[in-house]
Amino acid sequence: MNVLIYLVPMALGLGLTGLAAFLWSLRSGQYEDMDGAALRVLADDDVQ
Amino acid sequence: MAEALDLALFVQHRDGTAHIDLAVEGVACAACIRKIESSVKQLPGVLEARLNFTNRRLAVDWREDALAPSDLIAALDDIGYPAHPFQPERAETQEAQHMRWLVKCLAVAGFAAMNIMLLSVSVWSGTDMPQETRDFFHWLSALIALPAGAYAGQPFFQSAWRAIRTRQLNMDVPISLGVILALGMSLVETATHQHHAYFDSATMLLFFLLCGRTLDHAMRRKTRAIAGNLAALKAEFAHRFDGTEVVRVPAAALRTDDRLLVRPGDRVPADGVVLSGVSEIDESLVTGETARRPVSTGAVVHAGAVNFSGTLTMRVTATGAGTLLDEVERLLDKAVTARARYVRLADRAARMYAPVVHATAALTLAGWLIAGATIHDSIVTAIAVLIITCPCALALAIPTVQVAASGALFRSGVILNAGDAIERLSEIDTVIFDKTGTLTLPEPRVANAAEIAPDLLERAARLALSSRHPLAVAVAREARERVPIEGAAEEPGQGVRAMIAGSEARLGSEAFCGIKQHAPAESGTSAIAFSYAGRTAVLVVRQSLRPDAVETVAALRARGLDLVILSGDRPEAVRPIAARLGISDWRGGLKPAEKIAAIEALKREGRHVLMVGDGLNDAPALAAAHVSLSPISAADITQAQADAVFLGERLGPVVDAVTVAQRARRLMQQNLWLAVLYNAAAVPVAIAGLATPLIAAAAMSGSSILVTLNALRVRARKPARSVAASPTDETLAAASAT
Repeated sequence: MNVLIYLVPMALGLGLTGLAAFLWSLRSGQYEDMDGAALRVLADDDVQ
Repeated sequence: MAEALDLALFVQHRDGTAHIDLAVEGVACAACIRKIESSVKQLPGVLEARLNFTNRRLAVDWREDALAPSDLIAALDDIGYPAHPFQPERAETQEAQHMRWLVKCLAVAGFAAMNIMLLSVSVWSGTDMPQETRDFFHWLSALIALPAGAYAGQPFFQSAWRAIRTRQLNMDVPISLGVILALGMSLVETATHQHHAYFDSATMLLFFLLCGRTLDHAMRRKTRAIAGNLAALKAEFAHRFDGTEVVRVPAAALRTDDRLLVRPGDRVPADGVVLSGVSEIDESLVTGETARRPVSTGAVVHAGAVNFSGTLTMRVTATGAGTLLDEVERLLDKAVTARARYVRLADRAARMYAPVVHATAALTLAGWLIAGATIHDSIVTAIAVLIITCPCALALAIPTVQVAASGALFRSGVILNAGDAIERLSEIDTVIFDKTGTLTLPEPRVANAAEIAPDLLERAARLALSSRHPLAVAVAREARERVPIEGAAEEPGQGVRAMIAGSEARLGSEAFCGIKQHAPAESGTSAIAFSYAGRTAVLVVRQSLRPDAVETVAALRARGLDLVILSGDRPEAVRPIAARLGISDWRGGLKPAEKIAAIEALKREGRHVLMVGDGLNDAPALAAAHVSLSPISAADITQAQADAVFLGERLGPVVDAVTVAQRARRLMQQNLWLAVLYNAAAVPVAIAGLATPLIAAAAMSGSSILVTLNALRVRARKPARSVAASPTDETLAAASAT
């Protein structure tokens, strides 16, 4: 059961990383325009 | 028009850069995003332009002094996207913040629920797990659950605390109690090395409930954003005149004592006094009166009236005592306080539910003590009862239906203003209609179009495109090809003329077109004459019924609703409309206070009244009624009072609104019964002391999913008369019609 000593903190750390990433994406306004993002990907102005 | 446009009101300045938000019309596809953004970015001085496709708003930043905001609008207009300056309302900004907070809480609760469930499943399945490992897992769960619960539970704790402070009970009181007790008991159990901890139930409960809250809030935000764009599209501009120069300013920027120029066909942008000029004004949006009122120097005019014939200069006045607006506002205050007493279904359920649950828990405690159990076991069982009855399903039962129903209404072109409108709408038994602008179209139409030779009518309509006179605007609506005739010249006070294929065409007064005095027009109608190459026609312009008014009235009657017309217009004008719709109960010539009196009389008979109206004079009546609807063309104050606003030219959305609301209420009640049944099954298990965390978790998610699926049935059958076009297209159509 000693394996738990590093497995559990690792699992929690990964979970917290996911949570932090989500909160960051929320703060940086990535959910402000859900429909627009789907259409912007079709525009190819960076290819010219 | 060469006059300057002053948009300073809408521009925000910050360290050398200026920012404006514009509501853009006609954004429909991926290509639009790029076209709009790139053409705005090409303008000198523009730093950033970003279009939000979801709410059709363009945010532009530019270096101050490099550009005037009106250039932006002109540039967008050039590429075919009319744009309107937009000022986000305070309420909208606050709701955006609240939404972000809810999503944060949801994320924290979701993270906690998943991780704790991972630990709990190990405990449940590891029957041979040593006590130390189990305790370790429980302590880990506590480490996650306690901070997460304290953070993600805030929306419920705050709402419950507010309710308790005002000595009331809402659904959040049993929720908060359940969560806090579950966490507290689990902590004690963990500390005393017991088998069961309920950290998973508590966090999962929060997660499910926050899902419901967030969805509910997202739907309300969406309708509010649409309503905000409509307000921007409708926003009135005024011509301010400072003695030397005429500047176009948004009506919201007007101050008392500003001098304004009101041209024929313009709407009066603010209340005021006429300084000079003679004209007739159409006050149908203000009082419902369709006959025009002559005004001259010294006359008082109200915002919303349409100037008909001559140019007026006016001075803006603050609302003085004794004016119509003053009376409307006074009546509004009274009516609004009267309605705040409505108790929502969810709160009514909570008031019955909470005492029953808490009594059951208390009885369980007493029962086990009498039966000889230890104090510890009795308390644990009583708390288990509280946890398992925690109204997860009950709290989701109503919001989920509301979200699904407001989505269905949205697709039929009905935008909700008030959260409890659906519930109130489902209870109505009487519908009161205003006449002008509600049963009839907001703008007059040519009534005898069918009797006029089509080629003559088309020429008249295309000629009318060159004039801003209200009668000409009505005629211009008949044009199939919306191309004005070149070289048209307007003769003030007489009409407009142009050469078409070598012959002169004239549209205007009968004398102007060479027709000898025609028979006097009947009241409420106006005549405009047209002559072309020796042929003449007299076009009768009148307020006409909405295209589906007759069917809508029949459909409402078929649902067993009583129908009444209360109009501010003269009885002679109301009678023919009432006769055509077959409504025998009608009254005309009513003042705002008399409309309220009529509604109060119906209320005293125990009736629930739906008021449908658009005029400024209807605003107090809308607030006094049980529930109210307004067409999108309504006066601003009126729209603010209405519980819901419907788009487009048709009256059909009224039927849709009633249909969807009644179906939604049935589903809400079903959902409440489902939640009660679930409790009836789960509570005996808990009282018997058999509610393990596994049973609690399974029962909780099972019942939540069941009520959510049931709620989705609101949208299963689409209302028969729903609008084919998407609401956004409809929105734009409605906006361009005004």
